[in-house]
Amino acid sequence: MSRTHVTDVLVLGAGLAGERTAIEAAARGLEVVILSLVPPRRSHSTAAQGGLQAALGNSVMSRGDSPDLHFTDTVIGADWGADQHVVRLFVNTAPAAVRQTARWGVPWSRITAGERRLPDLAVIEEPEAATGLIDAKKFGGATKWRTCYAADGTGHALQYALDGMVLSLGITVHDRTEAIALIHDGEKCLGTVARCLRTGEVRAYLAKAVVIATGGCGRLYGLSTNSVINEGAGLSLALNTGLARLGNMEAVQFHPQTLPPAWIPVSEGGGGYLLDRNLDYFMPYYQPQNNKQPYRDVTARRMEERIRAGLGVEGPHGPHLWLDVRHLGTDHIERHLKSLAAFCRDFAGIDPARELIPVRPVQHYVMGGVRTNIDGAAYGLKGLFAVGEAACWDLHGFNRLGGNSLAETIVAGMVVGKKVAEFALGEALHYTSTLVAQHLAAQEDRLRRLVAGQNGSENVYALQKQMGQILTEHAGIFRTGSGLETAVAALAELHRRAQKVGLASGGRGAVPELGAALRLPGMVRLALCIACSALARTESRGGHFREDHPNRDDVHWLCRTLAYWPPGAEVPVLKYEPVQITELPPGKRAAPA
Amino acid sequence: MDRRLTFDIFRYHPFTAGTEPRMQAFHLRETPGMNIYAALTRIREEQDPSLMFDFVCRMALCGSCGMLINGRPRLACKTFTRRLPDRITLYPLPVFRLVGDLSVDTGEWFRHVALKTGAWLHTSRAFEPVAPEERMDNETVLKVYEAERCIECGCCLAACAKVHIQPGFIGAAGVNRLARFMLDPRDERSAAQYFEVLGSQDGIFGCMGLMGCEDNCPKDLPLQLQLAYVRRTMAAAGLGPRGN
Repeated sequence: MSRTHVTDVLVLGAGLAGERTAIEAAARGLEVVILSLVPPRRSHSTAAQGGLQAALGNSVMSRGDSPDLHFTDTVIGADWGADQHVVRLFVNTAPAAVRQTARWGVPWSRITAGERRLPDLAVIEEPEAATGLIDAKKFGGATKWRTCYAADGTGHALQYALDGMVLSLGITVHDRTEAIALIHDGEKCLGTVARCLRTGEVRAYLAKAVVIATGGCGRLYGLSTNSVINEGAGLSLALNTGLARLGNMEAVQFHPQTLPPAWIPVSEGGGGYLLDRNLDYFMPYYQPQNNKQPYRDVTARRMEERIRAGLGVEGPHGPHLWLDVRHLGTDHIERHLKSLAAFCRDFAGIDPARELIPVRPVQHYVMGGVRTNIDGAAYGLKGLFAVGEAACWDLHGFNRLGGNSLAETIVAGMVVGKKVAEFALGEALHYTSTLVAQHLAAQEDRLRRLVAGQNGSENVYALQKQMGQILTEHAGIFRTGSGLETAVAALAELHRRAQKVGLASGGRGAVPELGAALRLPGMVRLALCIACSALARTESRGGHFREDHPNRDDVHWLCRTLAYWPPGAEVPVLKYEPVQITELPPGKRAAPA
Repeated sequence: MDRRLTFDIFRYHPFTAGTEPRMQAFHLRETPGMNIYAALTRIREEQDPSLMFDFVCRMALCGSCGMLINGRPRLACKTFTRRLPDRITLYPLPVFRLVGDLSVDTGEWFRHVALKTGAWLHTSRAFEPVAPEERMDNETVLKVYEAERCIECGCCLAACAKVHIQPGFIGAAGVNRLARFMLDPRDERSAAQYFEVLGSQDGIFGCMGLMGCEDNCPKDLPLQLQLAYVRRTMAAAGLGPRGN
């Protein structure tokens, strides 16, 4: 008999968005349980090094900044694909959300008065009056210096501070636990069936409100900066209900500068040069006015073009370009680009002060996710919420600005956590033991069939690899109608084969192969959502670039894709809804200098 | 580069009835830039999908993949085979409860110590959403950050003989985490309050100065410096007038 846990609020995922949501709900007197694949402090959030955008306007280089400017930058960066009432809520809340984390212990880097030399040799002077306030740095796509940072480990510092609050509030965390299905009655979400990754035991968790905070699904792609756990677990859970919808799955971000073979994002703060195999500094050819920090999607396309033109460098891990930071000097690199230097040294054996750094764009972030309203409430199932990268509420539209994802985790956690609490406080826990038993039995049957080898003999890792190759080739930086048609057909075939996995390990206890086999069909469905949504959208917007439809088409496509998966379907059903334009009508997109 | 590598790997699934601890050898052809992450992933996907190990970020930021590599506690993601001999022995980190094969429960250990020592910022001041942030001197912030950087991988604990013979000792990682709050002017705890959790054999006075921690820290944290700082502060608190 499986164990059953009952709580007020159940949060899936212990990264920044999940923990921030949990803190808000617990602070309002609710009992909260968090399930996590890994210990909270191992979450992918800790890998976010850069920083967090909030218009504090403290630095001399941030003077005149405001939530209004942050709003404009975000909407233009999103290529007008974002919901503007969500962007407005976000930019207005971000400063308070950041200051609150300072109260929780985040060691935000502070301003020191006096002169300072920048990588481009310009000299700035911070006034005495700003000393000790939270500092900000420059990030692509932002008109002002707006990215707050904690040295070179912003995500780490935030995660540890939030996890400290989780500990102090007595919030229960069940780590090494994986939700494998949502329990629902067709109208309301009641909890999850979960599997213990220590023992393989199956459990039920019941709650008044369930929050999906499982992060992104970068690992669908063969090449990604994402942690190995970012397989879109929460997105699959939602999609598999046949009721919840995924928004804008075709909106995928590729990070321009990642270091092979682990594809680690290496950012140099805009002071470096991208070079091709002839050591030609090529970005000015494309953007003579603004060659420093265009939007990520633009830089990634220019780089990929260069590689496709045969101007890439052949490396042991595929073609790449060079990032040159040598001119910044050892002193600057050691002081201000510490983590870049460490990555180059530890993972590529390179000294960036003397050598060129191999870089190539790979999958980095999904703007799409479980579609929610401005309160974080998922479409289609009452009592289900989503937050952070797993959600599409929809702040980022078709291209997310650097620094807006960390900001989103704490802002959305604060906003949605409050709504979750309000919902749970006004809700009685009502379920029937029959319904719970049915959901448990269905999952236990799934496990039994896999362990017994009744489904077939397909190799789970081989299928996953094929999925990654298909997406990288056809749903990557450049997309075409014919390529995407090929991808949809190949993925549909993979989807059939994913039901026929056989285990080589026997599947006892918590062996990893069993977990992979349980996840694979859902992952292929997510891949199909990406490919089908991208095929249908016959325009180019932000990170979604169609070579056969290279222009943005606001007449037909100023809308959000909603994908859902009716029971037994072979491909997702796509619907569309308008994007909320409340303040800034669509216009020309050009990155601020 | 054309080496054939042998990986001798500890195998045991304690939660599965009927299994016994043993060593198992796997063979792989070395590839360019191969690290232990790439090697173990290939072994799992191509040879034995029951092999358990933990990776999350693959870039030495999350602290998941500590293990004994040829006898030394290392992060597997930043350990490259080109620096190792043809025969590579992998054991799980000692000290921690075994989950299976190379996977250990570091998360549980650190959670327990964090709860035991109150490893979060203690402040009685309420947050005012509209007020500007309190100022902090950036030099102080950098000192806090230097201790904050610990990723709790457990390599220092596995390398500490004292931790092996005294299971309650919180080790360098436990002390360093508390040092981070002692250095933070926003934390309101007094030296006497810190003494309550650190002034014992399980706290700072359990350290015998063996320095295995600092020698094996994958993040190059100045652990001896932090241990000395905490020892000095706690000795003063212990010797000083009560309630100091």
